[in-house]
Amino acid sequence: MMEEAREGSLSVSAQTIRVTEAVRDGDALTFIVISQKLSGSGEYHVARTHEDFQWLQQCLFSQEVVPGILGVIFPPLPAKPQLNAPTKVLKQLGFLAMGEDWRMYCMALETYLQQVAAHTTLSKNKCLENFLTSSEPPGRQRVRKGIFNRLSQAMEGMRKEGHKDVDDFFQTERDNNLTLTGCSKSATERFIDVVLTEQKLAVACGHFSTALHLCVEQEEDSAVLAFSKICVKLSEVIDSIKRNFESVAENNLSTLGLGLDLESRCQEAEKMDELKVAAEKEFDHVSGVAKQEIARFHSTRVELLRQALILWCEKQLETARDTSFRYSEHLQAFKGLGE
Amino acid sequence: MAAEMEPPTLGDAGQTDFREIEDGEGFFVSTVTTIESPEPSSSDPPSMPAEGISTNGPKQEDISLDDDPEDLFAEATEEVSLDSPEREPILSDGPSPAITPVTPTAMLTPRMGLGTAEMFERALDEIEEDDSGDTFDMHIAVSDPEKVGDGMNAYMGYKVTTKTSMTIFSKNETTVRRRFSDFLGLHSKLASKYLHIGYIVPPAPEKSIVGMTKVKVGKEDLSSAEFVEKRRSALERYLMRTVKHPILLKDPDVMMFLESSELPRAVSTQALSGAGILRMVNKAADAVNKMTIKMNESDAWFEEKHQQFENLDLQLRKLHASVECLVCHRKELSVNTASFAKSAAMLGNSEDHTALSRALSQLAEVEEKIDQLHQDQAYADFYLFSELLGDYVRLITAVKGVFDHRMKTWSKWQDTQLLLQKKREAESKLQFANKPDKLQQAQDEIKELEGKVQQGEKDFELISKTIRKEVSRFEKERVKDFKVVIIQYLESLVQTQQQLIKYWEAFLPEAKAIA
Repeated sequence: MMEEAREGSLSVSAQTIRVTEAVRDGDALTFIVISQKLSGSGEYHVARTHEDFQWLQQCLFSQEVVPGILGVIFPPLPAKPQLNAPTKVLKQLGFLAMGEDWRMYCMALETYLQQVAAHTTLSKNKCLENFLTSSEPPGRQRVRKGIFNRLSQAMEGMRKEGHKDVDDFFQTERDNNLTLTGCSKSATERFIDVVLTEQKLAVACGHFSTALHLCVEQEEDSAVLAFSKICVKLSEVIDSIKRNFESVAENNLSTLGLGLDLESRCQEAEKMDELKVAAEKEFDHVSGVAKQEIARFHSTRVELLRQALILWCEKQLETARDTSFRYSEHLQAFKGLGE
Repeated sequence: MAAEMEPPTLGDAGQTDFREIEDGEGFFVSTVTTIESPEPSSSDPPSMPAEGISTNGPKQEDISLDDDPEDLFAEATEEVSLDSPEREPILSDGPSPAITPVTPTAMLTPRMGLGTAEMFERALDEIEEDDSGDTFDMHIAVSDPEKVGDGMNAYMGYKVTTKTSMTIFSKNETTVRRRFSDFLGLHSKLASKYLHIGYIVPPAPEKSIVGMTKVKVGKEDLSSAEFVEKRRSALERYLMRTVKHPILLKDPDVMMFLESSELPRAVSTQALSGAGILRMVNKAADAVNKMTIKMNESDAWFEEKHQQFENLDLQLRKLHASVECLVCHRKELSVNTASFAKSAAMLGNSEDHTALSRALSQLAEVEEKIDQLHQDQAYADFYLFSELLGDYVRLITAVKGVFDHRMKTWSKWQDTQLLLQKKREAESKLQFANKPDKLQQAQDEIKELEGKVQQGEKDFELISKTIRKEVSRFEKERVKDFKVVIIQYLESLVQTQQQLIKYWEAFLPEAKAIA
């Protein structure tokens, strides 16, 4: 039983929202969402499917049209994850389909929820509260039309006509956005290629290491024994190399990869928003809000990317130091071999 | 005639020397005198084994020498035995390898102008040191590949620089220019002299029609530059392996290759030369023989080793394939990283926010540097590992060849024995047929064959002994080789990581500075 979406405040702390895991349930994935009560008296555990997330998104779209809502840039929701999907579909998900057990995807959902919860207007939506706290899955009832239909109509109109913006500010934003969307998409795809190759290298190292083990002979002869020892030691080195590649790829995925992916989707979201704004008749009011939103959007975006870059760099640095230490150890061991 | 049993006779004036050697002393002295008589004696029967020995005398003496408690001498004996009384003409295009085993040129050629006694001692020293330490002091570098000529007749000339403090060489440092067919020619000569008596002669780098055609046609791209570099490196390794072998090092062909400014063109490496055709005939004969020889292996060691090398062959090939795969992916990673760097740069440029823009541009730079690192690492992977494994796969082919020669030697010995038996049967028949001429002839033939049988057995024992030594040496070298390469590889890995750390450390403040 749900109340109408009205003014209200979220009872959980936005930053503590976590999507901890994805549970396979036949052909569908169920996500565990955990959030801490603001009162500090505990936490909420709920299980949600992607449909539930979509419901939330629609709820947000279909909010009562309050002044300014049209200028809001809605945080982007990742596309539906499909198990056993053909490669093309998975490719569309990009980074989010990578990582074990859909970890990347969970992190993207987490970011989405955090963004919604941190948004001044959107966080007040009762649907969010329900989504996060109710033990029952939110109803899948049909949402009110609300602004949603107006939005889609407006966007269709925009696409067909290719309106030029009345305001220079928005036009510039649109142009920039267009470029940035293209660039970040392209950068994300290149980065995916890098990560995939790193993973391939890890696998190739594994094969090499196995092949080395096949060279070990149980011989009495000292020279043959020495060679076997070398092969074993070398395979340990190759294992280290393999682990390094895996770590590097993992770091890439979980930090910069995610960051770039989010960046792309945010750019897309901004594009939609601008289309709306350009079409909207209540332009003056909307444009004020929209400008604010855009400014907020940019600062959030920059902050997110900054965090991603810092985290990426720190993790890679840590991995590099760790690996360097291990390689040095191997080198010493080798030099001391068979002296 | 005491003469022609192996050890001591180095010259036609064999007899006297032999007796002296029986004493066990004056060994060197006698051989000194022998060698100083530089009779080419090419008119003589090409090799000792071919001659008949009538008495059992030499054999006994030979045994006594072999039983000499001073193992050192016994070994030296064998070493010396390889120095045939006759000197091959330096270019050894002489007696074809098919007909009789060509015994190698005296390793102590007077032309070096040193006292042969010294050389003998050094030969012994080498043999000792081979097992104990490493006083081998020689470094060969192959460098400066230069295209000579134009069009399809063009070839690549390489500079070969030898630096050594070993006194068997006339100079401490020599530089000559050689082309690829010169290297092949050298290998061909060494193979014809040493393979059939059980020495593992390192194989020369392979011919490559595609690679060379690109170079000839003048294609100046990355792949032909890589090809030339790969070949240069392979030639260098080939020469180093050859001279590390204590016997091959002393071979006059090797020394001539390294020192003489002009080398006659090695036409025998071409397919249609006389020697080339002979090689083809040999190969065919070999293939047939291999199928028909069934050897009664009395020595378990050989059985085991043969199997071991078969296994090793397979394993190394697998390893080689794995490494090639690794190299391929590494190159791919490099391409992808460069691509990402570019798109990150573009992103940085389109970005309005200054600090973010700068950070993204830095990111692009870091990625480019990492890309360079990846390229260098790919180079290391390739040249170090892949080539090493390739070399060893080819070396094992040489090892297997040596085992095959031993089989052939055994087979020859057996055949001679069979022949002897037949002749004996024929002789006994002739005893009753009153034909004194034929009987005498038969008896002469029998004597000849008996000698051949003895020689055959000796050859077989000798090649078996040589192979044992060679295999032991090969295995030690293998361990050393791999260890050296792996250490080099690890060092490069460590360096790459250190560099990577520096890059990340430099980038971190940039990332943090994004306001």
